[in-house]
Amino acid sequence: MTENGHASPLVQMENVNKHFGALHVLRDINLTVSRGEVLVVIGPSGGGKSTLCRTINRLETIDAGKIVFDGQVLPDEGKALAKLRSEVGMVFQSFNLFAHKTIRENVTLGPTKVRGTAKDQADKRAMELLERVGIATQADKYPAQLSGGQQQRVAIARALAMDPKMILFDEPTSALDPEMVQEVLDVMIGLARDGMTMMVVTHEMGFARRAANRVVFMADGQIVEENTPDEFFTNAQTDRARDFLSKILTH
Amino acid sequence: MDELIEYGPDLLKGFLVNLQLSAICTVLALVLGTILVAMRVSPIPVLRAAGTTVVNVIRNTPLTLLLAFSALGLSDTLGLTFSDEPYDNAFWLVVMAMSIYAATFVCEALRSGINTVPMGQAEAARAVGLTFMQTLRLIILPQAFRAVIAPLGSVVIALIKNTTVAQAGGLLADAAFVMYDTFDTTGVSIPIFIGLVIAFMAVTLPIGWFTGWLAKRLAVAR
Repeated sequence: MTENGHASPLVQMENVNKHFGALHVLRDINLTVSRGEVLVVIGPSGGGKSTLCRTINRLETIDAGKIVFDGQVLPDEGKALAKLRSEVGMVFQSFNLFAHKTIRENVTLGPTKVRGTAKDQADKRAMELLERVGIATQADKYPAQLSGGQQQRVAIARALAMDPKMILFDEPTSALDPEMVQEVLDVMIGLARDGMTMMVVTHEMGFARRAANRVVFMADGQIVEENTPDEFFTNAQTDRARDFLSKILTH
Repeated sequence: MDELIEYGPDLLKGFLVNLQLSAICTVLALVLGTILVAMRVSPIPVLRAAGTTVVNVIRNTPLTLLLAFSALGLSDTLGLTFSDEPYDNAFWLVVMAMSIYAATFVCEALRSGINTVPMGQAEAARAVGLTFMQTLRLIILPQAFRAVIAPLGSVVIALIKNTTVAQAGGLLADAAFVMYDTFDTTGVSIPIFIGLVIAFMAVTLPIGWFTGWLAKRLAVAR
């Protein structure tokens, strides 16, 4: 894996600001994500983590500042935006699988409809990906027939099917029963090892320690601290981060 | 009972007009209603406003007024004609008015169906790179339709029954018109009333049962 700073940046955020009404959810965000980097975003609820994540594929618009993805400023709308989104995978807290489609169809929909991949080719690739996340035997079932952990692994396969340049994970394990968290994290750790560029909003310290190159601590819409996982968890620099860590690590 | 037997063939001929109107208007209403709902949920403000206006105006206008307006206003005064044959012209004017009327109800049923589809699925579709129209066509509407099959059945049943006011649009041929016409010559006949009620129920009840069954069968598990 490339060290932070050496590889060319995939995402550059400059002075990004966003408001939800009176609430200033993103304040002067400056952040770079390098190719192959695994970035974990951590922090208290309502601190702007998810919003930050969602601005990168423009599921949330920004009020001011600039976001550059792979050398291009994010397009406003239309075909160019759809194309950008097809290059950025996203995994949501609530899985968001298409409920009326089978697991296989969930994975092939993007490649066939967005990329125009032939159906048999998309099917073959879908089965490889489902194999990789360990759900190949459930390919013809519907999302509601799977457990949360299985659904989330399908969601990861769906993102991978587009061969994305990066995958955004927006609290991927927060809606899971505790015994299902690890199966999803294992898949994510595998991806990280394979060099996928990832931005992961999570509270899973174990994942951050094992897979992340860098931890970004966000609170009140600001990036309060950035560091390597080891440094961050053992030797946080700011009071705000130490206070947060003391609350989640003592349990 | 004798009147029903004597005028049965005429009434049946009229009833076939009701069925014809019902079938054509159902298809058109489903298509138009889908277009209207696409407008109502579209990201383009002009389309949204246009869709909302059409639905609010048409849905809140009495059907008999719409029919009278299309016959007397659009056709006689403004010159909109579908055919030189008066019967055909009246038929298609009625089809137009009834289809648009029913389409607004289809639109609102579908809109409530769209509300049953979790927002996250639309986000996931967009995140994969689908356009707005693809998201609507492939993800949202298929689930919305399944969620509102039973209400759509009610819209179709209402449409079938509403074909009995076709005469307000100048179409003097359907079973209800034949019934009034017959009453003029024979006086009111209870058996003819009952006969027509049974004829309509023979069509509408199965539609209710069928759509109820289909709704259960196609329900999207969540």
